[in-house]
Parts: sequence; structure tokens; C-alpha cells
Amino acid sequence: MKRNTLIRKWVLTFFLLLMAAMMVFPVVFTLSNSFMTENEISQNYPSDREIQQDNIAHKESFGHLKLFPEKFSFEQYKAFFDKKQSFIDKEQSNMKFYGNSVLMVFPIILGQLIVASLAAYVFGKLKFKGRDTLFLVYMVTMLMPFQVTLVPNYLIADKLGLLNSFGAIIFPGVFGAFGVFMLRQFVMTIPYSYIEAAKIDGASHFSIFMKIILPLIRPGLAALVVLLFADYWNMVEQPLIFLDDPSKFPLSLYLSQIIEETRGIGFAASILYMAPMLLIFGFTKKYLIKGIQLSGAKD
Amino acid sequence: MNIRKRLNNDGRVAAFFLLPSLIGFSLFYLIPFVIGTIYSFKGGAVGGSFGGSFVGFFNYKELLASSSFLKAASNTFWFTAINVPLVIGISLLLALYLHQTVLFKNVIISSFILPIVVPVASIVMLWQILFDWNGTLNSWLVNLGFSQIDWMKSDWSIAVVSVVYLWKNIGYNMIIFLAGLQNIPKDYYEIADMEGAGRFFKFRQITLVYLTPTMFFVLLMSIINSFKVFRETYLIAGDYPFDRIYMIQHYMNNMFASLNVQKLTAAASLMVLCILMLVFVFFAIERRYRRFMS
Repeated sequence: MKRNTLIRKWVLTFFLLLMAAMMVFPVVFTLSNSFMTENEISQNYPSDREIQQDNIAHKESFGHLKLFPEKFSFEQYKAFFDKKQSFIDKEQSNMKFYGNSVLMVFPIILGQLIVASLAAYVFGKLKFKGRDTLFLVYMVTMLMPFQVTLVPNYLIADKLGLLNSFGAIIFPGVFGAFGVFMLRQFVMTIPYSYIEAAKIDGASHFSIFMKIILPLIRPGLAALVVLLFADYWNMVEQPLIFLDDPSKFPLSLYLSQIIEETRGIGFAASILYMAPMLLIFGFTKKYLIKGIQLSGAKD
Repeated sequence: MNIRKRLNNDGRVAAFFLLPSLIGFSLFYLIPFVIGTIYSFKGGAVGGSFGGSFVGFFNYKELLASSSFLKAASNTFWFTAINVPLVIGISLLLALYLHQTVLFKNVIISSFILPIVVPVASIVMLWQILFDWNGTLNSWLVNLGFSQIDWMKSDWSIAVVSVVYLWKNIGYNMIIFLAGLQNIPKDYYEIADMEGAGRFFKFRQITLVYLTPTMFFVLLMSIINSFKVFRETYLIAGDYPFDRIYMIQHYMNNMFASLNVQKLTAAASLMVLCILMLVFVFFAIERRYRRFMS
């Protein structure tokens, strides 16, 4: 009996580890392949376009998944930083698109942290008429895909003179409802008695916010940073609509262009692209888990 | 009197704190939404696409007669209808396993939530290498004596997109379920044990019942995230992918590109209506559930 449960436990663990390996496989694969030479890449994975599509299997032209480079090299990374490799803007290096992403994502995160934490305090701890209805409106817009308000958003960006500038992406991002929703969940875990006590001591709402609320929702802020970063670092729809000029594209869009043009440096570019995400993930994993779990908790 | 005064005070402070959010939110979300709904009832003006006269439900009729809209809507519907239960089932099963003492628990959990932060664009390469006509999967198939499958240009494409959706969302749901499971008091199971309840009974009568609020949230998030799968399909297959993975967002984007504001806003309004109905159904069920619990 005991032996049986032990075997079951090991089989289960093995199965879970196998699934876990499948989850991380894309990252591991991309990392190891980023150290192959461009030559090896094109040998391993011939592009579909060069091959005639008929119903006969061309065995010699099949791509083969390879995990370990024949020769360890930094060639892809060097090529990525080389100016002549940029397809859209010959004057600039690929790094320009990295910069574009940073210039759009950082203001969004910073802005939403400020705006959303203030709003979350209001929705979570202050009482006024119509609060819950207003919050419901926030929630519903959070659920809608970007395309739903495409046309009017475009018109408003046009009116505000934001078209084809980073502002057209930054401003809607700053006021997204997700941060309000998530931080509210954290604010609600703070007991009312803390706030009452501060009020009796004569603290203003602003100092309550700064000295009690903000420090206590720090895990929530950390989780929000990661989730917003993951979402906006990865954006596709917004730049596609609001930016005409391809040299303003963020890395997320530009990367697919790199891959289309030369698979050779695609892996290194992908690694450089996901590196900041992975780093932040490593440092804030604990908060991220807590944040996601709390956002699912009911009040 | 005192309470009334406090309420008023809160109101003024609330307005002040909420103002930045409210202004931006109205400008970039609420007002566009209202304008969009109004446009969906207007015809095209002679000079341009905007500001024609009211035409009632004409745009909606046109929309419902359009085969590409129907195709896109049904694709999106079926994708969501199949994959949301699937992702919830798998992540609940995993959470149930991981709720027990499991070796390497932290490693396993970390691996499962890693996909949340991996940008889609960076795995497009792997996708192509696996699913191209002369990709790795086909090479395996041919070696095993089967014929090649054109993964991205056949009915298989929907399965491929599903795999990516599952890959990205299982971990997220799983850790929410884990938190839900941790919140169920252990005594309930102990009492059930004393009364000699079976495993299946305990699962149905305790675990599932107490997990219901969590389930609502996971369901809602999974549906939202199933709409986000557009990103993946767009990066892989562009504006006009294979028929089976032509989603409602592709349709709206393409209507935008061809400046067909009428159809776009009508489609958007219909989608909002569906989402609203879903939300209200959820809330109604949840309220009944709460009454049942207390």
C-alpha cells in the first residue's frame, strides 16, 4: 500500500516536471539557438518561402529542431547591434526599436501606478454615492478588446494631435482600468481601523494615502508593474493603428520583421527582447504570484 | 448628522483623488465607447466616412449579412467556447495536484507561470520552425510514414493557436485556483472524512462548492484572454490568416483599414453587448450562489 502511493507520487512528479519542461522549452530553445552562427541557423531551419510547395516530401529541406549549437558564437548578437542590419531605418541600429519600446512602456507603467493607486484608494476605502456603479463601468471597459473603441479612439487621438506619436499609445495606457481593479483588491485588504486611527490623529486623506495605503499595497504595485510590463512590452494592436511611421515601431512589431527578413539573427533579437521581462520576473516572482492570487480573491 | 457629514467629506476627497483617473478614463475609454455606439447607428456621409444621418439598425443588418463577419464571429465564439473550459479543466487539475505536498513544487509553479511574461513575438520563430510546411513536426510525421500537414493553412491551425493559448494561460489560472484551494478550511475535509465521505463526494461537495467564486473570476479572465489570442495569430499569420483562425479582431482591423466605420462600430457594439450579457449573467449567478452559501 505504502509502496504504491510512493510510486504514484513519483509518477505524478515526473509528469508535472515534464509539463513544466514544456512550459519553459520555448525560452530555453531560443536562448540556446541564439548562440548559433547565422549559417547554422539557415542550415537547420530553411525558410518556407524558398521551398516549392508540392505534395512530395523534400526530405533534404526539412528543418530540424536543434538544442545545442555546433559552434558557440556571439555572431547573432553582434549582427543585431550592427547598424547595417536594420531594415526599416538604414541610419539607425536595431537598438532604436528597443528604445522605442522603452519610451512607450516606461511612461505607461509609471503613469498608471500613480493614477491607478489614487483611484484604487477611492474605490476601495472611501464612500460616496454611485461608487459601485462607476467601478462597474471601469470593470466592463477592462473586459473589452482594444478593437471595440478603435474608430473613436483614432478620432480622439487625431483631435489631440497625438497620431503617429508615442503619446497616442502612452495616454490610453496610463488610464487603463486594469491597475485600478488590481490595486483596489489590495487596498480592500487594509482594515478600516488603520484609517480611522490615522483620522483621529488628524491625518489628512493625502497623508493617509502616502503613509498608510501606499506602503501597505507595495506587493500589489510590484505585481502591477510586472503585469503591465508583460502586457505593453508585448503590444501589437495599438502601434499598428496609431503609428504610421515604421521607424517608430516598438520592438514587438519590429521583431516579426526581423524574423521575416533574416532568421539568422532572430533568436538573439528574441532573447534581447525578452531579457528585461525575464529579469523582472526573476526578482518579483513572489509578488507576481501574490498579486495574481489576490486579484482573483473575492471581497 | 455626523455620518452624513463624513459621507460628504469623503465625496469631496474622492472626487479630488479620482479626478486624474476619471478624466483620462472618460477621454480614452468611456467617450470613445459612447461615440462608437452612436456611429453604429449612422450611415456614411457623402464626403467621408463619418457623421452621416441616422439609419437605425441598417448597419447591423448589413453586418449580419456579411459572410466574413459571420465567419469571424463564429471562429471567435468557437475558439472561446472550446478553449476556456479546456484551460480551466487543466489548470484546476494541476492546482489540485500541486495543493498536495509535491516535490520541486516551487520549480514547477515557476515554470508554469513563466509564459505569462514571455512576449509572443519572441516565440514566433519557434512556432514557424515547428509548424512550417517543411518544419520539424512535418519532418517527424514523414519519418513515421505519414504525409505532411499544412499546419497553419488547414483546420489544424485552430489547434495550433489553442496550444499557444493554453501555454500562456494555464499557469495564471493555476495559481489563482491554488489560492482558492488554500482558503478552504481543512476541518471541512476532516468532518467529511469522519462521516466516511468518498473522494469524489468531497471534491464535488466541498472543493467545487467553495471554489465557485474563484471559478467565476478565472472564467472571466480566461474569456478576456481568449480574445487576446489575436496577437498571436496576427504575428504569425498577418492581416488575413487562414479562414479557421480569422478572428473578430482581424475583421475589425480590416474594416478599419478599409475605412468601413459603419460595419466596424456595429461589430464592436455587438461584441460589447455580448460581453455585457456575459458579465450580468455571471453576477446574477454569483448573487444566487452567495445567498445559497449564507
